[in-house]
Parts: sequence; C-alpha cells; structure tokens
Amino acid sequence: MSQNNLNTSAPNTWCPGCGNFAILNGIKKVLNELSEEVCPLEKFVLVSGIGCHGKIVDYVNVNSFYSIHGRSVPVAEGIKMANSGLKVICFAGDGDAYGEGLEHLIFAAKRNVDITVIIHNNRLYSLTAFQYSPTSPLGFKGRSTPNGTIEPPLNPLELMLASQATYLARGSSLKLDLLMRLFREAIMHKGFALVDVLQVCVTFNNLYEYYSKHVYELENHDPGNFQAAFNAIREWDYNSDARIPLGVFYQKEAPTFEDKMMSFPADIESKDSKIKEFLSKRM
Amino acid sequence: MRDFSILIGGKAGSGIDKSTLILGDLLNQSGYRVYIYRDYPSLIRGGHTFSIIRASQTKIAAHRDKIDFLLALNKETLDLHLTKLSGDGKVICDVELLKEAALPVQTMTLGVPIVKFVKEENAPEVMRNTCLIGAFAKAIGIKIELLEKILKKNFGKSIDVNIKIAKKGYDASVVMESIRLPAQDALPLISGSQAICLGLIKGGLQVYVSYPMTPTTPLLHFFAEQANDFSLKVIHPESELGVILMALGFAYAGQKTAVGTSGGGFCLMTESLSLSGMSEVPAVIVLGQRPGPSTGLPTYSSQSDLNFALYAGQGEFVRFVVAPGDLEEAYYWSACALNLAWKYQIPSIILTDKNLNEGIGNFDVNETGEIKEDNPYLWDGTTDYHRYADSKTGISPMAFVPEKNAVIKVSGYEHDELGITTEDAAVTKKMQDKRLRKEKYLIEELKSFPTVKTYGDDKQTTALLCWGSNKGVCVELAQTLGLKVIQPLVLSPFPEHAFKEAMRGIKKLIAVEDNATGQLARLVKIYGIAVDDTILKYDGRPFTLDELEEKVKEKIS
Ligand SMILES: Cc1ncc(C[n+]2csc(CCOP(=O)(O)OP(=O)(O)O)c2C)c(N)n1
Ligand code: SF4
Repeated sequence: MSQNNLNTSAPNTWCPGCGNFAILNGIKKVLNELSEEVCPLEKFVLVSGIGCHGKIVDYVNVNSFYSIHGRSVPVAEGIKMANSGLKVICFAGDGDAYGEGLEHLIFAAKRNVDITVIIHNNRLYSLTAFQYSPTSPLGFKGRSTPNGTIEPPLNPLELMLASQATYLARGSSLKLDLLMRLFREAIMHKGFALVDVLQVCVTFNNLYEYYSKHVYELENHDPGNFQAAFNAIREWDYNSDARIPLGVFYQKEAPTFEDKMMSFPADIESKDSKIKEFLSKRM
Repeated sequence: MRDFSILIGGKAGSGIDKSTLILGDLLNQSGYRVYIYRDYPSLIRGGHTFSIIRASQTKIAAHRDKIDFLLALNKETLDLHLTKLSGDGKVICDVELLKEAALPVQTMTLGVPIVKFVKEENAPEVMRNTCLIGAFAKAIGIKIELLEKILKKNFGKSIDVNIKIAKKGYDASVVMESIRLPAQDALPLISGSQAICLGLIKGGLQVYVSYPMTPTTPLLHFFAEQANDFSLKVIHPESELGVILMALGFAYAGQKTAVGTSGGGFCLMTESLSLSGMSEVPAVIVLGQRPGPSTGLPTYSSQSDLNFALYAGQGEFVRFVVAPGDLEEAYYWSACALNLAWKYQIPSIILTDKNLNEGIGNFDVNETGEIKEDNPYLWDGTTDYHRYADSKTGISPMAFVPEKNAVIKVSGYEHDELGITTEDAAVTKKMQDKRLRKEKYLIEELKSFPTVKTYGDDKQTTALLCWGSNKGVCVELAQTLGLKVIQPLVLSPFPEHAFKEAMRGIKKLIAVEDNATGQLARLVKIYGIAVDDTILKYDGRPFTLDELEEKVKEKIS
C-alpha cells in the first residue's frame, strides 16, 4: 500500500523495541495515505523538539523544522499562520511539551491554531538518561530523584481540555491501528489537535506489561460531550492504577486562529506610495 | 529666536503626549525644525511627566538644558523645572496656579484662567492642555488660523469644544515674543519607532511578532494599527520565547518577519537567536535598550546592551548588528537589516534605545540613502534540493514550503547538507566553516554601505566617538566646538577597515556613551584602537547639549 517508504539517509538510533518506532511507522503510513487522498506530501511540515522523540523528523523524508527543547509548538504555529494551506504536525516529548515549553501548548490550544501535536509520552526524560517528567508517577525514582519524586504528575489532557483544545485523544505505542486512526483524524481535524501517545521506553521505563493490562479503547463515548470528555479524561490521572482509556476524548468544531486572522491582500506595489501617504499625514 | 525650547509638564495621564505633538506640529508648520524629548515614569496615571520641544532653524536631534517657555499644568511642573528657565524664559500656566506658586518676582509670567474656561465649557480636565496651547500660540505670535488647522488635524469628535477652549486661551493671552518664521517647508514629524517601522516595511516586511516591552511597544502598536494599509500580519503571542519561535516558523515558510523587544525579552530570545544562526532561518530583531540590570528603569534610556547584542546566544555564528543614530538612519538601516538577514540567512539585530525610539523629529525620506532591494538566493529547481548545500560564499539556496520537488529540512542540531543530524567530525567542521564563511562576504558587501560615518572638521585631531542616539547631540556639539565625530553604525561584523579610515589623523579619541563601562570603547580596543577618554552617562536620561559641552570641554582643555 505504501508507494513511498519516506526513508532518509539518517541511520535510526532508537533502542530496539522503543515505542517511538510505532509512532514513526504509523505516521509514515498516514502521511502516505493522506498524500494520496487529501493533499500532496510537500504540503506537510513536521516540527520537533529535542529528546529521543525529536529524531523522528530525521527519519521521515518530508519537510521539517527540527527546533529546540520545548519549543516546537510556536514554530509550528508560525508556519501554519504563514500558510494555512500547509498541514503542520509537531512531535514533542512529555518533558519537552508538558515541561519546558508548557506555556506554548496552552496558548496554541486556546488560539485553536490548526496544528497537530503528537506527544511521545514515555513519562520520563530519556535522551538525558533517565529523569522524571511531568507525567511520571509520584515516587518515580529517576536519576535526579533517587528517593522518588515528591510531586504528583500532571494530567495533560485535563489541562488541554481546560485550555480549549478542540481535539484530544490518547493512543499507545502498543496499538498501531488505533494510533494511525488517531493520527489521521487529528491531522484532518480543523483546529488544535493533541494526541498523547503512551510511548514505551524499553530502556528506562518499560511499561509494556503494565499498559497491556490497563489500557482499553473507549466505547460508546460521545466526544462532542464536554462533560463526558472531562470524566473520561479523569478516569486515569497518570498516577493511580486505574484503567487507562484510549481513543478520542473530545472533539469540537470551532473557528481557527488562522480563519479569524485578518489577512490583507499583499499589495507590494503600492508600498512606497503608502509610506509617502503616511508621511504626508505627519506634516 | 533662532533656537528655543518649550517644556510642557503635568501629571501622567493628563494629556501631555497629545499636547506635545500639537506643539511640535505648530512649530513644524511654522517652518521650524523640531526635536521632542519625552520623559515619563513607568505608570499610567499620577506621576510627573513632561516633554521638551526644541525648535531650531536647522535639523536637530538633541535638547538643551535651558527652557524658554515653561508650560505648566500643575504646581509640580513649576517646582521641578523652574530652575531650567533661561534668563528671559517665560512661564505660562493657570492664573490661580501662578498665585499659589509665588515665583520669584523677576520671572516673566503669563497667567490665563485655564481652569475657569474649561469649567465654563463643562469640558473634561484634559482640555486644559488645549487652553494652555492656545495661550502659548498667541504668546509667540502664531496666527489663530494655523492653530485651528492643527487642532482640527489632531482632534476628532471633540474638535468644536477644543477649538472653543483654545480660542479662549488665545484671546486671554498676549504676544510675549513674536518668533521670526523661518522660510522652509515642513518635514514630517515622526518618532524613531515609526522610522524603524517604515524602514522595515520598505525592506519588505510581511509579519511582525512582538510581546510588549518599552521601548519597542510603539512598534507593535504602529504595526497593529497600520496592518491593513501595509498588508501585514501582526501577532502578539504568550511570551518572547513564543515571539521569536513563531517568527522563525514564519520565516521558514518564506515570510519576511521581524520581532521587537528590550533587554529582558531579548534574554528569553537568545536560545532561538542561536537557533536562527544554526538553522540559517533569517531573523530580524529590533532591540530597544533601556537601563538594566533586570527591570531597571523601564521608561528611560541606555546603551548598555551592546555587548549583549554582540555576544548573545550559545555557539559561534554570524550576526548583523546595526545601531542607527537618527530617523533617517533608522529607516535606511531597518530596511537593510531585513534585506541582509535574508540574503545571508542570519539573524539581524537593529540596536536602538528609548531616546531614539521615542524621540520625535523631522524626517526627510530623501536623505536616507538608496535602499538596494536584494533578493535572497533562491533555489532554481535544476538540481536536487539540499537546504544546506555548500557553496563558495557559504550561502545555500533557499526554498520554501510547499515546493513540489524539494524536501526542505532545517535543524538546530549540527546537520549535513540535507539538514539531517550529524555528529561526524568532518561534516561538523565543514558545516561550521560554511556558515561562518558568510561573514567574509558580508564584510565585503558592507564596504559599499555607510558603516562608519564621520562629521565635522576632517583636519581635526580630536574626535568624539559615539553610537546610536548620541549622534544628534555629539554632531551638534562638535559643530560648535570644531571637533570631529566618528560614528560606527554597523557593530557586527565590525567594519574595521572603514573605522580605521575614519581614525586617520586622530590623536585624541573621546568615547561618549550612555552606559557605565564604555562598551564601544572596549569593542574598538579589540581592533587596536585605544580610546583616550570616556564620557559616560547612565542615569537613564540623554545628554543635553549643554551638559555634554561642559564635559567635553573638561576633557579637551
Ligand atoms: C533548554 C534545554 N534544556 C535542557 C536540554 C537537555 N535535554 C535534552 S532532551 C531533554 C528531555 C527529554 O525528555 P522528553 O522531552 O520527555 O523527550 P524524550 O527524550 O523522553 O523523548 C532535556 C532536558 C536541552 N536540550 N535544552
Ligand atoms: S531511551 Fe527509551 S525512548 Fe529513547 S530510544 Fe531508547 S527506548 Fe526509546
């Protein structure tokens, strides 16, 4: 089915078995499909932060901006605001987007900029070799917290819902089919979309077994219902041993920032005369 | 009177800004050249605020110590500024205020029942300004028609009451001193901020992104107001981090973008400044200085971020830094900074300060110098696209998304020609060489630009060394004292050649800077040029002509 393997010259340096491979394979398939059905590949732009996750842009032969730690979201917003015909997808880590650059996520959601944010949520900092992240459970023993963290995790989806995101979903690197469906929907959703992917880090925090036991796919859930979304999002707080729902929690149609942004016809020719006109008013 | 100054003062929020512009306009229309200095505290209502409007026969960009007309809206203004009144200076204010103030008997005064007139018209307190302006206009012999014309230009819906009140003030006033009208056409009166904005627009600006911070907030306001006329996108995001990153996103997509901030905001931008250097995505930053460290004196001026502008950001990368000294230079160099950022795919910093940004003066668009419209080096589509293709000049062809036959990958990691991350030693060196090589060509190109200017007597062996907004005061003073002035405009890459040319024959070099450590003096030392003396001011206020004169005379006597 895939007419283009989208590979680059970059050798893959993720650990064998890393959950990032599911995200990579999933997004490549989805990009291939969408480029056939929806819009050509050159209209996609991938943006990443810094962490193990960020390497993904090196592995996909599509336009990309490999930005800095925590800051992929505003770069993506700028690209989208420059040209609303582009499909802009951010790949961010949990340390990256929920920690270092959290402010940007909240504001992008609030603006409803039409970008897609995919969080490689391995619930720790992996590239810096094992520290806790904003979604690590209470008591997490990373190398900066050898006695266990003393602060509870954040529920990022709850925060995103409060920030007025218009598409919120959770996937898992264990379930590729669901992941692809969510990626597709999130990219096609008009507005700010976030997919929190429970990505297993086999080296530092192998939750494979744990997730296998706890995750389930939402059924009979109405993503158009805010209260239902709120309840479903709060079923698991990234800390307790509750069941972990996967799927789309919330989806709402709302005008995007770019739609509302005033756009004026580019009228470069008259620039000089307009400068003159302005100056003449100051005489 | 060939040259005179007016000080108007009152409580912050009492309409001083508007009155200042009207007074400037009156003198501009009367054929004077005007320079306005605005002094205001960092609050919205209540503190003391004042402006000095200086009028002269020739173009000026500095103010003097002595005031010829003191227009006071409250007692505080009299208390604070009376000592500045020149020998035959005059005070104009409300009659009651005059009584209360009990000024020395020899003071020439004009009391007008301003408060009463405004009450009679049931008009708001701010209109006391208009009455005061009316009284002043008559005092210097300006015709009522001109006053009316200018009021009409400046007031919208409340024009009728304003004119009525202004006339009352005018009629109650007397001609104290009829100014001789110089015969010259008026020139537009604009602020430094506006000159920068127009220059950026001239250079092809499409997008402006900014988080408000004095002294660049007026740029944000200007662009937002003018967005329609100049086809601009104007965005005010969550923080300066967001600002510069969004700007890089816009630039990656091919849109010419600028950002504006001051020191504190620039601190937040430095990581992305470096990202611009590495990813070769152009960035244009207007950095307006104010006194630091930290929040410092938010609404005052300084030149203490030269080092910061030159060295901010991790790693080594090419940057363009220019410090314009007046309105024409602000216009010209803002356009150039944008063009050069795109031509060389580097960050450009337009280093200004509060004095330049908020000072208002006559702008002559015909005196700015010709702005070359240089297109960036674009991919022609004939070869496979490599975003970071190596080249003789180090400049790689740009392409912008969406481009059918090109995959455009930019990165903040060290990368190969395709934009893919590398840790290879040879590639690392090669790519760093490629990026840094651009500087050599930039330096070459800058040789055809006025990177260092000199003024005054070329045979002089003593020169004042200044940069940025000190140009106005230094050049005017040097004329009276017969000194030479050397003003480097481009500060990175430093125009060593042009600077050394300018230094020919100079035996004594005195640096004049608005900082405490002599940052330019230290910079030129790197190029083997020793400054003999420094005159430094770091109280947030600009040098007045008289103050600098005294200091320079001490140094050269
Ligand atoms: C400003 C800044 N601070 C710190 C770092 C170092 N750093 C690189 S990746 C990272 C955390 C990575 O964690 P996460 O975002 O969760 O990504 P992961 O590696 O787990 O995919 C940190 C702290 C950096 N690159 N930049
Ligand atoms: S450290 Fe963890 S997240 Fe990083 S590549 Fe290895 S398994 Fe994946």
